[in-house]
Amino acid sequence: MSTQTTTRPSTGAEADEAAPAVEVADLVKRYGRSSTPAVDGLSFAVRRGEVFGLLGPNGAGKTTTVGVLTTRVTKTSGRATVAGIDVAADPVAARAVLGVVPQRPNLDRSLDARGNLVWHAAYHGVPRARRRALADELLERMGLADKATTNPDELSGGQAQRLIIARGLMHDPRVLFLDEPSTGLDPQARLFVHDRVAELAASGVTVVLTTHDMDEAAKLADRVGIVDHGRLLALDTPSALVAALPGEATIDLTLTGADVASVRGRIDAVRGIAGVEDLTGERPDTHLRVRCDGEAGAVLAPVLGAVADAGATVSQVELGEPTLEDVFIDLTGRGLR
Amino acid sequence: MSAPTTAPRQAGPGQGRAFLGVLGRDLAVTGKEFGSFISQVLVQPFFLLFVFGVVLGQLGYVTPGYAQLLLPGLLALNAFFVAVQATALPLVIDFSYTKEIEDRLLAPLSTRLVAVEKIVFGALRGLFGSLVMIPVGYLVLDEVAWDLAGLPFAALLLVLGSLAGGAAGLVIGTLVSPRRINVVFAVVITPLLFTGSTQFPFLQLGNLRWFQVICALNPITYVSEGLRGALTPSVPHLPGWLCLLALVAACALFGAIGIRGFVRRAID
Repeated sequence: MSTQTTTRPSTGAEADEAAPAVEVADLVKRYGRSSTPAVDGLSFAVRRGEVFGLLGPNGAGKTTTVGVLTTRVTKTSGRATVAGIDVAADPVAARAVLGVVPQRPNLDRSLDARGNLVWHAAYHGVPRARRRALADELLERMGLADKATTNPDELSGGQAQRLIIARGLMHDPRVLFLDEPSTGLDPQARLFVHDRVAELAASGVTVVLTTHDMDEAAKLADRVGIVDHGRLLALDTPSALVAALPGEATIDLTLTGADVASVRGRIDAVRGIAGVEDLTGERPDTHLRVRCDGEAGAVLAPVLGAVADAGATVSQVELGEPTLEDVFIDLTGRGLR
Repeated sequence: MSAPTTAPRQAGPGQGRAFLGVLGRDLAVTGKEFGSFISQVLVQPFFLLFVFGVVLGQLGYVTPGYAQLLLPGLLALNAFFVAVQATALPLVIDFSYTKEIEDRLLAPLSTRLVAVEKIVFGALRGLFGSLVMIPVGYLVLDEVAWDLAGLPFAALLLVLGSLAGGAAGLVIGTLVSPRRINVVFAVVITPLLFTGSTQFPFLQLGNLRWFQVICALNPITYVSEGLRGALTPSVPHLPGWLCLLALVAACALFGAIGIRGFVRRAID
């Protein structure tokens, strides 16, 4: 990233170096005559150089929030700034300091891959002499060096996504917004995109990504904001969010040959057990999830002892440490959207 | 200077550069597709000129002077229509399907100026499409007798006609849904083609008053009539100042509606 130190295009407003990279305060967005707002009083701040994940189910308001921050959606009320620039008051200056990787590919198909990068740089006032070298360098870094003269139509989904990321970086933005960056990508392409995001963060670019992919959020984000119905439900590091869940670890048991109530009663009596859930549902065998206060391994032996005491036979044991997904489900519920 | 703190931030040189960048992209793409552009621009007016100016003349159905009347009309027609096509169709597709314009909407340039760029670009194509008709006219027709003193005024009319066309294209491109664009082109474009006083002098429509009224609503009429006044003053024509006024009004009206429509489509 040492090569990314081009002169920034001069704009009406200069970015405020001391301000948070992104700040959203009491943001509300109501579309048309819709009765429920898409974003309903959202507030958060992203530190400079941070990778910030906005996590939420479909329709939670993530994309709308990014839309407001990237000047494509007008807010109803509240405040939104990028690099200290109020995006509503001065969208032109804001556009100069932010980069966008949209959810849907929107590459310019009248231009080849390199053309997409070079003209993007032209829109952003990168000096003519720098554009081509910068484009070739980013193509190289994104593994697209041999695709420079390819039309975007002929790129695979992963290649197109990498080209879009390269395009977003051509004007050396302070903040890069990635909307669902790896939706629809194969595992290799996903990993490549993840690596590039990590690299960007290491080089000091602030990254805001929206996703409904828990693993992606847990892996990439320094902090995660969980959003639903346009409101912020939780905001912390992934590990802190997980640690805050009641019953940190779980033991899943599949068993036969005993009365469920008596087995549950005996397990509940074991020290360090926070609770027992019956997940049997339609299955022929009894399926219990035991929530433990400490590590699952530490209480495994007494739990199995309790099951044996109740006269049941265990056919399968699975230890689980809770994930961000559990936090997510805990906060947003199991209902389908 | 009285209240610098509350004054809106001025568009710095950055916006000018971004504008030129966006315009440069459109021109570069036109350059790459020059062959298809030039055929799109030339084929229809060439045949109009050839059939009405040469074939019908040789057969004796139209008087020899008719080609004189037709050529300025075709210049006017091309200025307006090439501009309409350059802005309308790509915008309909861009806003509804490909979203390719998004990268330009995210350039450090006010959204209104992106809309203005679309008008200017359409106008440049229209102007070009109109100017290439001049050598074609000289090649196809036996005799073109133009009053060369009228050229500067003619150029001004063509610029205004192209801008009006670009602005009208912006209106169509931002207000019409892609499912309706075929219908709109059929029911709007075809009447515009034949009510622009391209093929006849406006003032001689006295016996067809209702048709004259319709023609008066078509901005192309004022380009055609103004060009005749400037280049072939012997053909009856509307006064130049009226044509100028009508074209400025058309630019302002279509421009205002088109830019509004563009901003509405560009920003949620």
